[in-house]
Amino acid sequence: MDLGLNEEQEMLRKSAREFLSKECPKKLVRELDESDTGFSRDLWKKMAELGWIGLPFPEKFGGNGGTLFDLIVLLDEMGYNIVPGPFFSTVVLSGFTLLEAGSDEQKQSYLSKICSGEMVMTFALTELDGTYLPKSIETAAKNKGNHYVLNGTKLFVPDANIADFMLVAARTKSSSNPEEGISIFLVDAKSPGVRVTLLKTLGRDKLCEVVFEDVKVPEKSLVGKLDSGWPIIKSILRKATVAKCAEMVGGAQASLDMAVNYAKERVQFNRPIGSFQAIQHYCANMVTDVDGSRFITYKAAWTESEGLPSDMEVSMAKAWTSEAYKRVAVLAHQIFGAIGFTMDHDMHLYFRRAKAGELAYGDADFHREIVAAQLGL
Amino acid sequence: MDFKFTAEEEAFRQEVKDWLKAAIPPRWRELPTGFWQETEESWKLSRQFQRNLGSKGWLAPAYPVELGGAGLGHIKRLILAEELTYHDAPVSIETEITVNWVGMALQHFGSEQQKKDYIPRIAKGDIIFCLGYSEPNAGSDLASLQTRAVEQGDTYVINGQKTWCSYAHYADYCWLGAITDPDAPKHHNMSMFVVDMKNPGITIRPLINVIGCHSFNEVFFDDVRIPKDSLVGVKNNGWFQLAMALDFERSGVQTAAVNKLLLDHMVNYARTNKRGGKLLSKDPILRNLMAEMAIEIEVARMLCYRIAWIYSKGGHSNYESSQAMIFGSELLRRISDAGMQVLGQYGQLAYGSHRAVARAEMCRSYLASLSIGVGGGTNEIQRNIIAMRGLGLPRK
Ligand SMILES: Cc1cc2nc3c(=O)[nH]c(=O)nc-3n(C[C@H](O)[C@H](O)[C@H](O)COP(=O)(O)OP(=O)(O)OC[C@H]3O[C@@H](n4cnc5c(N)ncnc54)[C@H](O)[C@@H]3O)c2cc1C
Repeated sequence: MDLGLNEEQEMLRKSAREFLSKECPKKLVRELDESDTGFSRDLWKKMAELGWIGLPFPEKFGGNGGTLFDLIVLLDEMGYNIVPGPFFSTVVLSGFTLLEAGSDEQKQSYLSKICSGEMVMTFALTELDGTYLPKSIETAAKNKGNHYVLNGTKLFVPDANIADFMLVAARTKSSSNPEEGISIFLVDAKSPGVRVTLLKTLGRDKLCEVVFEDVKVPEKSLVGKLDSGWPIIKSILRKATVAKCAEMVGGAQASLDMAVNYAKERVQFNRPIGSFQAIQHYCANMVTDVDGSRFITYKAAWTESEGLPSDMEVSMAKAWTSEAYKRVAVLAHQIFGAIGFTMDHDMHLYFRRAKAGELAYGDADFHREIVAAQLGL
Repeated sequence: MDFKFTAEEEAFRQEVKDWLKAAIPPRWRELPTGFWQETEESWKLSRQFQRNLGSKGWLAPAYPVELGGAGLGHIKRLILAEELTYHDAPVSIETEITVNWVGMALQHFGSEQQKKDYIPRIAKGDIIFCLGYSEPNAGSDLASLQTRAVEQGDTYVINGQKTWCSYAHYADYCWLGAITDPDAPKHHNMSMFVVDMKNPGITIRPLINVIGCHSFNEVFFDDVRIPKDSLVGVKNNGWFQLAMALDFERSGVQTAAVNKLLLDHMVNYARTNKRGGKLLSKDPILRNLMAEMAIEIEVARMLCYRIAWIYSKGGHSNYESSQAMIFGSELLRRISDAGMQVLGQYGQLAYGSHRAVARAEMCRSYLASLSIGVGGGTNEIQRNIIAMRGLGLPRK
């Protein structure tokens, strides 16, 4: 057993911390949070140059040849700093889908453009009931000879407002088994009939409604096999879930660090508030939550990265981290007192993301149910 | 024991409910709800509502009738507060501060002239006070405040900075704590003043809270001259008066009522919305969660009722108020979180968003609930009070 990072991963972590604190200061985070795009092309270009966008993808498509685990290390740091933008939707949701299910031609023309930073992509998966269950996919794709016609509404789609292309999960066949008959299409976001509405969210992330109205997509836009999209989606959801956990672990770590530093500095009753037992106990609880979340997340990432069965590990990580990050963020707020309740303070940036992270890819209840099933219950 | 309200009290509750039906302007129901008056429009609507409430004597129900109140007993006040909050009436922290903190303290410690000048206008809803307690270095440790009031001829000259002053930008007066004897030890050096906010030398700077709402402010006093008779009570005795003012009956029933309101809304939502093809109200996890919340609200309510009951028997609550405040505020966090869970992905939709549910009340209360264990004395300080004052545990 080795619970440490290897040398390259340590370096990645260190350089990511330095790069992001310089290139993505909280001033930029706020600007992007408050903007309608949430996207800095400049920062995107720099991240592409560093090889981050192609980090887990093969070199022959312009990637860096790293692993999912490497990406997790980076996402931990991105969560620590907070990096608004379409990294998650482009790299995790879309890049892995193309890598796992795309044809060689699709990989050549799309995955390599993702790696180079030329293309922003997202995955339009969830629909009106906001769940990650196959039966809630109702958007229909009808075969009309050499093309398909898409109709339906996707909701809570990240970064659709700026995406060049979208992967879309749609029903191509009705079946009594909801897992059957789902296919994935690669759709140009500028296609006639695609309508994107930006939602205003607590997390200030750019979630959208995407309506498809008689959208024509060529037959060659099918990603993977017809009617057999669900197993791919499941595999992508596993990766997305553990990747989201990594971001959340980073955010929880940052919340802890900020609160502990403040507890050492803020003086009330002639002593630092960190000398009060109440505050000390909070900090002790927080650090235990952060460390626990990191280990359970990294274990899940490692399991998935090694190609081992990981449903149980991933769900355990998400169930635990979703709630742990929230606990940590609330306690951090409590330690800051009124100052943490202001827009100008950074703490709410994390508090918001703790909730957004919890909702993404299934909350704790959703994942505990998976754990229960895995236990044979 | 008897947990029933009397027939007369029940009739009073009904009277309040009936009155509220017509009294809350429909437009209020379209604006972002609860916690804070967010916009000019909501502020104006709520001021008008408060005047209407005042004309019934219900804005300051505890005040004697001749001072503009309704002379209601503790139980009826509890009922009134509960119904106002449960029906999301346009009353908020500004009324609590003006009527319950400042008005009660003025009645206790003010001169006859001061009572005449302020109490009836408070009761009618004509004037609003802000609280000038906290300073950048005096939060929980309020006694280390530094704002000075220096006697000069027939005036006091005030210099210093206050912070977190809720609604200072709308307030007519500030209820200010300032040092009047810098050489005296802590707790014996401070006095309370009523300061007209129109005085030259007062600068107000907005602080925006995490909801994005301008509710509190920094207030700077630069050589602000106020008449000598602005001092309330005994000079250098302000700390004692302030501590007393914090002790006037505060049942905290408003928080319990907000919790109930949010629970009822989420139950309603669960009964009419589906997820994964299933009615949310049939989901065993959500059922369990909402049942737990209903139970906790019942506990919260009893902790609040106890306080009103203690006062109605002529007693004085001590650590019991802290218990109610801690439980209610922490429950608001749990309730808001539960509400978010019931709403699923829709919970994160903010006010004004496409597809937001019920003016995004859950999302807003999820953010607002962060402040509720901080303002008015943090939950840690409340726990210290329970331990030391309630349980007699040693201070050091
Ligand atoms: C929404 C809102 C409205 C407000 N409105 C007003 C207003 O109108 N007028 C006004 O004057 N003030 C107002 N306040 C300020 C409020 O009274 C203070 O925030 C509060 O007293 C706490 O002070 P602080 O924020 O400086 O926190 P601090 O006192 O710095 O506390 C920081 C942390 O240390 C903990 N701590 C401090 N001392 C101890 C101890 N002895 N033992 C254990 N833990 C301790 C606290 O509990 C907290 O967790 C408002 C605050 C809020 C959030």
